[in-house]
Formats: sequence, structure tokens, C-alpha cells
Amino acid sequence: MTGNLPPAIVFIAAALLIPLFRGRFKALYMLLIPAVTFIIIMKVPQGNNWIHELWGYTLIMGRIDKLSLVFGYIFTIMAFLGILFSLKVKDNLQHVSAVVYAGATLGVVFAGDFLTLYLFWEIMAVSSTFLILASRTEDAKKAGFRYILVHLVGGLFLLAGIVLYIQETGTTAFDYIGLSGPASWLIFLGIALNAAAIPLHAWLPDAYPMGTPTSTVFLSAFTTKSAVYLLIRTFPGTDLLIWIGAFMVFVPIFYAVLENDIRRVLAYSLLNQIGFMLVGTGIGSQLALNGAVAHAFCHILYKGLLFMAAGSVLQMTGKIKCTEIGGLYKTMPLTCLFCIVGAASISAFPLFSGFVSKSMVVTATVEEHLVLVYLVLQFASAGVFHHAGIKVPFFTFFGHDSGIRAKDPSWNMLLAMGIAAFACIFIGVFPQPLYNLLPYTVDYIPYTGAHVVGQLQLLMFGALAFALLILSGYYPPEIKSINLDVEWTYRKLGNRAYAILDSGLNSLNRRTENLLISTVKGVSAFFREITIHLALFFSVNLWLIQGYRDKHLTMKKERLYNEMVHGTLPVGMGAAAAVSFVFLIYLLT
Amino acid sequence: MKKELTIFDKPKNVKILLICFYCSLVLLLIAEFFIHPHPAFYFETMKGFSAVYGFFSCVLLIFLAKILRLIVMKKEDYYDR
Repeated sequence: MTGNLPPAIVFIAAALLIPLFRGRFKALYMLLIPAVTFIIIMKVPQGNNWIHELWGYTLIMGRIDKLSLVFGYIFTIMAFLGILFSLKVKDNLQHVSAVVYAGATLGVVFAGDFLTLYLFWEIMAVSSTFLILASRTEDAKKAGFRYILVHLVGGLFLLAGIVLYIQETGTTAFDYIGLSGPASWLIFLGIALNAAAIPLHAWLPDAYPMGTPTSTVFLSAFTTKSAVYLLIRTFPGTDLLIWIGAFMVFVPIFYAVLENDIRRVLAYSLLNQIGFMLVGTGIGSQLALNGAVAHAFCHILYKGLLFMAAGSVLQMTGKIKCTEIGGLYKTMPLTCLFCIVGAASISAFPLFSGFVSKSMVVTATVEEHLVLVYLVLQFASAGVFHHAGIKVPFFTFFGHDSGIRAKDPSWNMLLAMGIAAFACIFIGVFPQPLYNLLPYTVDYIPYTGAHVVGQLQLLMFGALAFALLILSGYYPPEIKSINLDVEWTYRKLGNRAYAILDSGLNSLNRRTENLLISTVKGVSAFFREITIHLALFFSVNLWLIQGYRDKHLTMKKERLYNEMVHGTLPVGMGAAAAVSFVFLIYLLT
Repeated sequence: MKKELTIFDKPKNVKILLICFYCSLVLLLIAEFFIHPHPAFYFETMKGFSAVYGFFSCVLLIFLAKILRLIVMKKEDYYDR
């Protein structure tokens, strides 16, 4: 029965039923969702599947080829690991949005037409926002709000591009597009924003570190890599991507060195790693595209692993800033070990996964004789080892002893990290199964003597620099601080623009309002005074007729006046005044 | 309560670790003479190019990061003000 449903629909439909389950059944049910989906993806034949007609458009929910399959596999595996990691979280909102988010990503990956793509694209944006909001802190709320605004704008670019594209080509189906007209540029911008391509990247280090210990694991995997997938499909060989990629590889590592929040360090290294993928996509040769795909595959695993380790530390200690943690290896040895495996993988140490994937992209730059790009990538490789490979484990688990004695997290979190760590080493030692999954035939051998020794020299002498700088005290100290990035434009500049508009337009508004209110106040006061004086005039005449004099009359006058001013006058008094008025006229005529 | 690991609390162990690390660096430089070279570009024909490049990349990284810190670093409540 499920064999007839697209993976995305299985995920999203199953996610909505999660709140109905309790305890062990819930855990089992949630783990079954990616497991069943994995089997569906394995069994579905290549070509277009799950085709529906809607309002004269063809919706293709299952474009199955080698490129989409490899991404489908890794996203399903990561969904499984993320669910396992967050199994003990008692928050249905997180579970449902995480599974919907993973499902929507599968929808994006397998979409064969723009309408399906756009639908799942927006579901992805909304469901991931809930994962940021799940922290339920004031900061997370603000960051989530900025996150969804940025993504809605990106979605609008994509939508505008899609509309133009359909008008030009008359079809909703898409494959290679390439940068040519306005439609392709709009689509490119929309996708590049999700890939966090510089300068459209600021939302990522702004929002991801705000997630819960478990939700950030999901966030790190899906949005950016599904966008990388789309770029590989629609814009391979776009020269611009080489330069954006080279820039992304280069700039974020400086921020990563300075950052105090471990998860923000990881967010910047995430940008750096996407840079490698974009360089591969931009070069566009078979080796380069294979490299970009392989690197995305490995990256999802080790970055997930690193965010799981950081999440474990946050969960167990409540802290995640370099200045507040340190020396945790003493009581969290397993988390420490898994973190080091993730760190070795992202640094592309031989025998770890990054080595067999990143080197494909680097070799592709050599084949294309891109000397500058090659040097930038090598610089960044040493830099990655510096901040993600050494800084993250060193300041978290070693460095100064913070005195915190937190234990390793629960079994499910350790198991998820263990599986990811095993996969990182397995791919590093036996790359062939991964190479078999790649879109083009792989004719590349990562383990040559020159490559291994060259890479080890690069990394170990980078480590020497770190060791000497730490020992000499020149290394930039950890400081409680934040570092400005492009998001400053919409956080501070935006606020200033708001303030200017506020003082400009709103003061006009306020003045108009004040003028109106003072006029109304004056008019109403005039009428109140008139009423009081009229009432007094008629009442005093009435009291004179009734025979009140001197003290009695003054007392009655004062009482009436006070009651009129303070509004405590019973309604009957008004009526009495009116009646006495009529009575007076009757007497006088 | 489980026993704590304290191996890095002893200065002797840290010293041993550092000595192993320095030895591995020397071994890596020697190893280059025994492998079949596979230079990507002409500058890689120099022995120890990767080592020098890796070392100076990290020094440059730290140097530039310290300069960047002067420009971009703000107090944690910067955006709340």
C-alpha cells in the first residue's frame, strides 16, 4: 500500500499521526517512518513515478535517477539518525515538525516539476521555522521570525522565476537550466538563498544555533543540502558558483575562529563546507559533480554528528559557549570520542569520510588548472582542521577545566552518534560503496601515497601552528561576544530604518492625533461646562423658589457642581434639571 | 558516580603527547622522500610544500582573524540595545 505513495507524502502523513502514540510505541513508530521510506526509495524503478494531473499541469512527485537517489538515501538516513537522537524529547511539536521537514526535503529532491518543488520548498521553510521556535526562548522567537522572513523572500524569488520560466517554456518540468534570462536568475537566487550562498548566508549562523539540542541536528542536514542538490541539477558548470564557493570556503573560517558559541562555530564551518560543494558544482566536470555529491553525502553525516555532540553537551550541561565549558572529556568520554571522529572527518583526515569526498573537488580544480581556487581550497582545508577539527573538541572537552561534571547523554543519543561515527569511518576506509552511488562512473583513487602524505602534512603542520600559538598565548582568547555579519544589515540597519520611519511617519501621526484629541477635548469640555452652568442656573432658581437660602443653598450648589464634574451625578438629576427647566418656563409664561 | 578520566591533568602525559606529535611531524617530512610524487602544480614539486603551506595558512588565519575581531566584535547584547 505504501509502495504507491511518494516518500514525501509517507513522511508528512505519518508525521501528523505522531501525537497519537505514547511511550515505546511512539519511539518505534517514529523510527519506522524513515525505515519504511528507505525501502520504498530502494524499490522504486528509475524514471518518473507518482505522476498526477492537476488543473492541466503535470505533477511529478518521483523523478528517480542516480542524482536524486543518492540524496534521497542520505536524507532518509539522516532523518533516521535525527529521530533516534531526539527519541526522548517530550515535545510533539518538535517531532511533528522535524518529520514533516524531512519529508518535505524528500519532496524537493524527488520533484520532477516546479509546482511540486515549490509546494515542498515552502513546507520545508515553515516546518523548519518551528524547529527553531521549539527552544521557546525570546532569542529563538526573534531568530525564527527573521529566519522565516528571509526564507519567504527567497521563496518569492523562486516563485517569480518559476512563473516566468513556465511562461517562456510552456512546461513545468525542469532539468538543466543554466544562467541565461531573468527567469533563470530569479530561480538561481531563490535556490542560492537556501544554499546559504554568500552573501545570502546570514540567516544560517543567525538561526541554527538557536534551535534545541536536538532540532539543530535536523536543521543542519536538510535545507542547505537540498539546495545544493538543486544547484547540481539545474546550474552545473556555472562559473559564478566557483567564485561564490571559493569565497564561502574562505571567509566563514575567520568567523569560526572568533566565535564563542560552539554551535555557531559549527554553523560557520557548515558554510565553509557548502563552499566546497558549490566549487564542485560550478566546475561541472564529471569528477567535480561526483565530488560535490559525495561531499554533500559525507558532510550530512559528520556535520550531523558534530551537531549531535554539541547538542549532547548543551543538553547535559545547559551551556555551549567556549568560555563556559571545557574539560568535559573527564565525564563525557564517549561524546568526546564521537566528536573527535566527526572533527577528523570534517578535517578530511585519511581514513575518515571527508578525505575521500573533499579531495575529489580539490582534484577537479587541478584538472581545470584553477591555481587560485586550488590554493584557496588548500588554505581552507588547513583552516577547517584548525577551527572545526581542533577548536571544537579542544575547547569543549579539553582546554581549561570548567569544573562541570556532566555525564554522557542517554543511550539513544549515544547510539545515534555511534552509528554516524561508524559511517564516517566506514566511508573513509571503504569509499567504493559511496562511489557506486554517485551520478557518474568514478575513476578516482583517493589513497595514493602522495595524496595521503600531502594531506597529513597540511593538517599536522596546521595543528603545529595551533599548538605553538596556544602555548605562546598569541591565540585569540575566548571572549563573550558576538561578531557582526551580513545580518547586521537587516537587524541593525533595518531597526534604524524602522526608527527613522517611526520618528518620521509616526510623529506625524501622533501630532495629528494630538491635534484631534485636543480639539475634541476642548469641544467636549465646552459642552460639559455649558451643561454644568445651565444646570446650576436652573437648579438655583428652582431652589430659590423652593425657599432655600444662605448656607443650605451654597451647600446644595457645591454638591451639584462636584457631582457634575466628577460624573457621579445620577441620571435622574439630568432629568430633574430638564423638568425644572420646563417648569420654570411654565411659571414665567 | 563513575570514575573520572584525568590523564591530561598530569603535565607528564601532555609532554609525552606533544613529543609524539612533534615526532609525527618529522616522520611526515621524511615520508615524502619515499613516495611516488604526484604534484598538482609546479610549486608542489618542492619537498615539504604542503607542510609549509599548512603551517602558514593557520598563522595567517589567526593573524587576519585577530584583525577582523577589531572590526566585527561586539558585546553580546549589541542587538538588544
